[in-house]
Amino acid sequence: MEWKRKHLLGLEKLSLDELNAILTTADGFRSVSTRSVKKVPALRGKVMVNLFFEPSTRTRISFELAGARLSADVINFTGSSSSAKKGECLTDTAKNIEAMGVDILTVRHSSAGAPLQIAKKVNASVVNAGDGAHEHPTQGLLDIYTIRESLQKREKSIEGLKVAIVGDIGHSRVARSNIFGLRTLGAEVYVVGPPTLVPQSLESLGVKVCHDLDEIVPEVDVFNMLRIQLERQDNKMFPSLREYSKLFGLNKQRLSRAKEDAIVLHPGPINRGVEITPGVADGPRSVILDQVSNGLAVRMAVLYLVSGVTEECDGELE
Amino acid sequence: MASSSEAKNKILIRGGHVVDAASGLDGVMDILIEGSQIAQIGPDLEAGDAEVVNAEGLTVTPGLIDMHVHLREPGKAEEETIASGALAAVCGGITSVAAFPNTDPVIDNAGGAEFVVLQAKRAHGANVFPVGAVTQGLQGEQLAEMAGLAEAGAVAFSDADRAIESAEIFRRGLLYARMLKKVVITHCEDRHLRGGGVMNNGSVSVQLGLSGIPNAAEDIMVARDITLAQITGAQLHISQMSTQGSVEGLRRAKARDLPVSGDVTPHHFTLNHEEVKSFDSCFKMIPPLRAEEDVREIKKGLADGTIEVIASGHAPHASEEKDVEFDSAPFGVIGMETLFSVSYSELVLKEGLTFSTLLSKLTTNPAKLLGLYPKRGALKVGSKADISVFDLDTQFQIDSKKLRSKSSNCPFHGKTVQGKAIDVFVGGRPVVRGGEPSV
Repeated sequence: MEWKRKHLLGLEKLSLDELNAILTTADGFRSVSTRSVKKVPALRGKVMVNLFFEPSTRTRISFELAGARLSADVINFTGSSSSAKKGECLTDTAKNIEAMGVDILTVRHSSAGAPLQIAKKVNASVVNAGDGAHEHPTQGLLDIYTIRESLQKREKSIEGLKVAIVGDIGHSRVARSNIFGLRTLGAEVYVVGPPTLVPQSLESLGVKVCHDLDEIVPEVDVFNMLRIQLERQDNKMFPSLREYSKLFGLNKQRLSRAKEDAIVLHPGPINRGVEITPGVADGPRSVILDQVSNGLAVRMAVLYLVSGVTEECDGELE
Repeated sequence: MASSSEAKNKILIRGGHVVDAASGLDGVMDILIEGSQIAQIGPDLEAGDAEVVNAEGLTVTPGLIDMHVHLREPGKAEEETIASGALAAVCGGITSVAAFPNTDPVIDNAGGAEFVVLQAKRAHGANVFPVGAVTQGLQGEQLAEMAGLAEAGAVAFSDADRAIESAEIFRRGLLYARMLKKVVITHCEDRHLRGGGVMNNGSVSVQLGLSGIPNAAEDIMVARDITLAQITGAQLHISQMSTQGSVEGLRRAKARDLPVSGDVTPHHFTLNHEEVKSFDSCFKMIPPLRAEEDVREIKKGLADGTIEVIASGHAPHASEEKDVEFDSAPFGVIGMETLFSVSYSELVLKEGLTFSTLLSKLTTNPAKLLGLYPKRGALKVGSKADISVFDLDTQFQIDSKKLRSKSSNCPFHGKTVQGKAIDVFVGGRPVVRGGEPSV
């Protein structure tokens, strides 16, 4: 298919064909990282800015490296997420940076919708690198890519697969992007956690809400264990980390009741001993480090695809 | 033109379709204004030396009364002043507004209320009546000097967008308001349930990952405040109703003859939370745009009389404040200039509400609640000549940049509506002529 999107703002609106196009393109870039010369000239002469209004290490480094491997010039900008505090409004910052001749902006922001607001005001392509609790599309894509990779070895497909996303789903952009992408690809998605973090209203996204991890462990093909943000504990969203871990943490004993070929993902950084035990994180079912390597290939694919489109397609910014 | 009419002091509004919910007028007739009052109403009146305003093909109504607006003066004159607000009001056919006290400083004493009254006199636009604070500084702790406020011109009391958290303090405020024979206007919201919410809690907030405000935040407070109205006997007015539950609560309370009433804004019966998908902060207000089932119940409440007032909730904000991340933007949208056209287009043209019923919610009913009736809110001989003349037939598109408010945070930009104010008179003074302000 012909790629038509100028921006990647989320996975919600991507069609099955578009998702597959990104995954297939990523296949092509996967091998670049294993060569002795880890570079292709796809984005030579293009400028990419990582516009990060919220602290991030791995996503920023991954985007930076992805840009470098495509031969783009990559600049990093980190700023305070509160435009009011900085005295300059969000779109002014973006337009100023764009005025220096930028082709792609990757945007990370603590407020949902900020990348869309920027995309409405600038000419560059905008790639959402995580906005509030809304979407983190490249994380969703790399999770899906990793799941797909492990399935390919076993000649299975994502359609009909049972995926459990465990943790603070209500406040998670990773969960949302995973849900949107996996649903389009035909997976069955369970969201698991206490009702204070996993509200019943999530069912409107086409997922099954579950508050008992043990109940579904034997049926699940993929466990995606989200990081418990410690500030949620400060907000008294659940009684204690210890109890959370007991109810919703993935340990060896719990995993032993799962299917033999079930795999374990985690978007990182891991709170070892809270949502996942070291034995599981480092164990044979874990594909956590594959996720990180795949992140690079997926981000190269996204940057490559959006950089080839200069006009927004119909409805892209609605 | 203004000076000559002042010299004559007589204006004849000729040949318009006169409609007044209070007096039951509904037909083509003339209205003669003498000085600041209505002198005669009837068919084919003698013009004599009066200036004649031709209203043929137009609809003549009592000037509208908007009982919920924020004019930002004192404190934020760059967003709205009493003068700019009074002008914006008349451009929407509104001749009287109740200005809320959440300014800086708060209108919580007689001096503050007098300032509003004086600025309104200097403004020469709509009548501006101050709403006094219930508690000092809107802190919800110590009652403001409510008698002093009333004496200085306050027509109602409210702690604006802050619900008084202590039921006991609010009970005392209601008792005082009853003594002063004034209505208390409340914003019903439980602060803890609202939390850090920025939009309606529901399927859209789940999809967008924005923090939600549940219906229960409003429903619970409506239930509490109705109980307090019952035990105090004070007149309680629930402003900006947005949920199915609060409409049902008000309906039950009215069935028991409790002294309660309610209003709703045009945006809450025209738009729903789907709008937020654009992340445009012109759709961020408190209470938030709710789900379609709430919108339906509000329309039902308007039709069956449960909700007797429509008010704009006019809340101007500077573009630099609004044009930021959705999370960071302040709550509130403007609405005086679109109050009539949006209400008429949505409720009368689309939903089939009678024009007279719509009019009562914009004139007679708020006038009665604020103690302005029958001097205002009616077309009667001897009433103040606060009169609006509307063109109900011509379609036009709302352009937020062409509004007279100092702010342009309008959620109806681009919407095609009908019902434009052509001529408006405040106390017999022409303030809008031919669709343009004349002051």
